[in-house]
Amino acid sequence: MPPMSPRLEPGILRIAYKLLVNDRPKFVALLVGITFAVFLMIEMTSLFAGILLRSSSTVINIGSSIWVMDPAVQTVANTIPLPNYVLDEVRSIPGVKYAVPLYSGSALLKLRDGTYQAANVVGLDDTSLVGSPQMVSGNIQDIFAENAFIAVEDSEFYKLGNPHIGTEFELNDHRGRIVALARVASSSLFGVPTLYTTYYRALQYIPNTRFTISYVLVEPKTAADVNTIKARVAADGYLALTRDEFMSKISRFYMYQTGIGTNMLLMTLISFIVGLSISGQTFYTFILENIDRFGALKAIGAKSHELVSMILFQATFVALTGYGFGVGLCALIIWLARAHLPDYAAIITFPNLGLAFAMVVVIAASSSYFGVRRVLVIEPFDIFRG
Amino acid sequence: MAVRAIEAVGINKWFGESEPRTHAVKDVNFEANFGEIVYVVGPSGSGKTTMLSMISGILRPNSGTVKIEGTEIWNMSADALADFRLHKIGFVFQDYHLFPRLTTAENVAIPLVLQRRDWDESLAEARRDLEVVGLRDRAQLPPVKLSGGEQQRVAIARAIISRPDIMIFDEPTASLDGETGRNIVQFVREHLLSDKRCIVIVTHDSRIYEFADRILRMEDGRMTGVERSQLNAQ
Repeated sequence: MPPMSPRLEPGILRIAYKLLVNDRPKFVALLVGITFAVFLMIEMTSLFAGILLRSSSTVINIGSSIWVMDPAVQTVANTIPLPNYVLDEVRSIPGVKYAVPLYSGSALLKLRDGTYQAANVVGLDDTSLVGSPQMVSGNIQDIFAENAFIAVEDSEFYKLGNPHIGTEFELNDHRGRIVALARVASSSLFGVPTLYTTYYRALQYIPNTRFTISYVLVEPKTAADVNTIKARVAADGYLALTRDEFMSKISRFYMYQTGIGTNMLLMTLISFIVGLSISGQTFYTFILENIDRFGALKAIGAKSHELVSMILFQATFVALTGYGFGVGLCALIIWLARAHLPDYAAIITFPNLGLAFAMVVVIAASSSYFGVRRVLVIEPFDIFRG
Repeated sequence: MAVRAIEAVGINKWFGESEPRTHAVKDVNFEANFGEIVYVVGPSGSGKTTMLSMISGILRPNSGTVKIEGTEIWNMSADALADFRLHKIGFVFQDYHLFPRLTTAENVAIPLVLQRRDWDESLAEARRDLEVVGLRDRAQLPPVKLSGGEQQRVAIARAIISRPDIMIFDEPTASLDGETGRNIVQFVREHLLSDKRCIVIVTHDSRIYEFADRILRMEDGRMTGVERSQLNAQ
């Protein structure tokens, strides 16, 4: 009798594979269960990721390295105007390459057909135009023309009546005129179109509070100056955040201070439970149906760890296959949705994929746990005894 | 003195931790030699299957010793005993216990796969043994497409593929009609028995007694008598 090493030969796993895939109804049920669980989990978390990304669209599109704001600001849309001296103060900080004001606010437009449409108006610093969008047609210099606004061709563009260069509208009894069309990296979350103009025109056209600067956009001379700038701004009672920090702050607000995070988490958990229920029950039934044969294998000479390996292999195989199908299905659906629904916000990120993978691992582990327990307790004698 | 195939001395088995316990096998001695077919017969509940399980390394006796080819099997670790069974003992179960989702050849090849032999080599060997049991043309069919007698032959092919020294049959004719049952046991006698092999069969079926070299009777957990088979009487 040759000595047996603990190494597992692929032949045993091949038997496990054939037992699994040749049982078509159960194999399909397992795959469908895990595929849909993964699809729902990734879809939910992708939608949430998309919403979070869009909630920071202004931060992404302006692209400034450092944003100075009132400490009470929670999201980029809920601005708290800063006094003008803050701009001067920031400009005086050593390590600041430049600092410019930014206006961000909402306005009500009256379109040519007489309908009203809310819009987000971004006022760029008149001298530098820091944060200007990428031009699609027209010239950025035209922003200095009389009544000039630049319309952003994002998913909300049609709400302006699909304007072209020269299209006019009214803003607070002022005439406005589209002088260029632009594109930005991220559409807005709030379903309103975006117009760019100069900072001072924005102040002229839109009714304002005593203070007018929404944010001070800062570019440090070097990366090492960031902490100095943040500390100096904090000493003045304001808050300076890097682009990523500001986006994280906004994301935390939507996650923890609105119902969005809770609802998405709940839906993800429900998807997980559905997947666990379907897959766990089906896999356990699959093991139960073969329990006598596993017992026969034990009698013939299979060791417990070999039978456990077979079950773990089956669970892993079905989990990974289902995960792959689920990710593929989700990517397809999101691609189709984005092709037909410009507002569709879902975005698949690596953390989403990682979370779904972790949940699939839990599903596979839970499903196989009960099967393994049954296989370990079955005695070959039970096979003889019938 | 030649080593016996199986030698069990004073084996006892009871079930249950406290009284009243079920004493299934009571102080049984058993021996079987190479080159013979030994039947163990007796009414249901007499302890035949329990005794068979203990002498084949499946159920640990509460007391007594079991030697196979001179080796005390119940001193082995669980894994070593599993390896021992895999290489030395071929089992044919009453309900066959074939995997319905595998082909006939794959079912037969399982012991070789468990021995970590190459997959294709194992299947080739399985086809050869299916030819031995007359089922060469059924190799690619699933067992559920076969008749009861054919499934029994598949189970026999699976039992002999690792060339075991000892074969254990549990009620091999219980699910078969009389003629098929006789044919199966006749086949076992004519093709599987050799000087280097011992076959133990537990059965109720008196129609196949003629193929035994020795018949041992069990009742109420004890070995109550030895019956000579008609074959030997002749």
